[in-house]
Amino acid sequence: MNSVASIFDAFPVDKVRRDFPILSSNVHGKPLVYLDNAASNQKPKPVLDAIQDYYTAQHSNVHRGVHFLSGLATEKYEEARIKVRNYINAGSENEIIFVRGATEAINLAAAVFGKKNLEQGDEVLITELEHHSNIVPWQMICEEKGARLRVAPINDSGEVMLDKFESMLTSNVKIAAISHVSNALGTVNPVKQMIEMAHRKKIPVLVDGAQAMPHLRVDVRDLDADFYVFSSHKVFGPTGIGVLYGKAQLLESLPPYQGGGDMIKSVTFEKTVFNDIPYKFEAGTPHIEGAVGLGAAIDYLNSFDWRIVQDYEQALLKFAEKEISKIDGLKIIGTAKEKAGVISFVMEDIHPHDVGTILDSEGIAIRTGHHCAQPVMERFGIPATARASFAFYNTREEIHALVQSIQKVKEIFAHV
Amino acid sequence: MSDLKALYQEVILDHNKNPRNFKKLEDADYSVEGYNPLCGDHYTVYLKMKGDVISEITFIGSGCAISKASASVMSTVLKGKTLTEVESLFNEFHHLVRGEIKDDVSIEKLGKLAAFGGISEFPVRVKCAILPWHTMKNAIDKKNETVSTE
Repeated sequence: MNSVASIFDAFPVDKVRRDFPILSSNVHGKPLVYLDNAASNQKPKPVLDAIQDYYTAQHSNVHRGVHFLSGLATEKYEEARIKVRNYINAGSENEIIFVRGATEAINLAAAVFGKKNLEQGDEVLITELEHHSNIVPWQMICEEKGARLRVAPINDSGEVMLDKFESMLTSNVKIAAISHVSNALGTVNPVKQMIEMAHRKKIPVLVDGAQAMPHLRVDVRDLDADFYVFSSHKVFGPTGIGVLYGKAQLLESLPPYQGGGDMIKSVTFEKTVFNDIPYKFEAGTPHIEGAVGLGAAIDYLNSFDWRIVQDYEQALLKFAEKEISKIDGLKIIGTAKEKAGVISFVMEDIHPHDVGTILDSEGIAIRTGHHCAQPVMERFGIPATARASFAFYNTREEIHALVQSIQKVKEIFAHV
Repeated sequence: MSDLKALYQEVILDHNKNPRNFKKLEDADYSVEGYNPLCGDHYTVYLKMKGDVISEITFIGSGCAISKASASVMSTVLKGKTLTEVESLFNEFHHLVRGEIKDDVSIEKLGKLAAFGGISEFPVRVKCAILPWHTMKNAIDKKNETVSTE
């Protein structure tokens, strides 16, 4: 076990920060302290360059073109698919579907899986920790099919109660959808174990990996996830693109999502023959520069030794929890044993929005509100939290700035 | 920092900590809910009328300092006002928090409401300040649907 000091020394955070141009900017005349990474993280220079290069020298529409640039754009787009495949260790690049983001990925999976497999009286099992994007698409398809959405509860620390989850995996459940890491609380779910539980009952599992991907190295085959979804903009890539991974056999069994170009083999007015996966699920001109940018982000992430990154992030999280919990009248919401990247907190008599505004005036960006997880807020009996969320480019100095500014919030509100 | 002081003025901090008329009005003529789901600000405003004059106005609920102080100050200002006066204060308050009233004389005329002038420098917080006002307005307009200013 390395000492904490050597963990901090092992990761060259100052050098890493220089890769992210926005991190050296000022906000309200103060150096930016960006602690809203769970909402979206910032982009390194190689990602910005890749997008610029793409439009400067490589752009045309993909697939079916006979000219040079169309070939080049197709190559870049498909190269990105292979990078994603390798990064999450999928079995084949055909299992990587590009979508707009994790939300669209879940909507796609819920719609086509539900269309094929859900009937009156069936159940979909989720957990109480989910982001709205892993609740609402299932609610919609359940309503359409007369199926029932069931919710596995969490305990007071914000951990899924595994015995309850397992007992709710009845023969009525046709699919389970669970988050890998909670966006509101930072809880890391034991998804591998949960998938095993579901698979013992022959129930497939969709894992929402939006908050896991920036913090953990994910191996979808090791997890044995049936679907795994994530957003590019939360792994240091551009907005507007994300990934739906699905096991090839499962994807092949499902009907298409949207109709249009690229998703067909042949069209007549009488009959359309759909394309093979992944194209069957990618109607229309895709977000080509998004895929290129995501590919560059993955290359960038691959340049790190992830054991060092993860040790650094965990040490930073522990440091932040220790420093923040010293503040009188502050309560951390979400105290799971396994956490990643997130500290949600509330302050006695001070609303999170007031905390957020005062921190902003100090150049500190945090998020306040319900974090698109209203059931989680309800579970803890609070309307909202203030949430500081970290990436590997954050520092102990930034945590100090956060703590000092929270003290300032208290001073302002004590002044009556 | 000067902007922050302009936002969190004494009047606002005081009304947040000790909200006035902060109770349910059992014999209210009207009660309407205001709710900003994104931030969780949630209030109910109660009104009792005597002719076209507000004879009682109270509120309950929870939210940020700006929304709570706004509801509290509003309740103290509107008691005893006619509907015409209420309409005009409603409009002036909106102009104020959007930074559309510039001259000091006009701002001073707004009395305690002037404390909310600093909000114009914080556009994302304007919705907090106007939520109680829209809730009150819906009650007067006899619309019973829940109000949101998001």
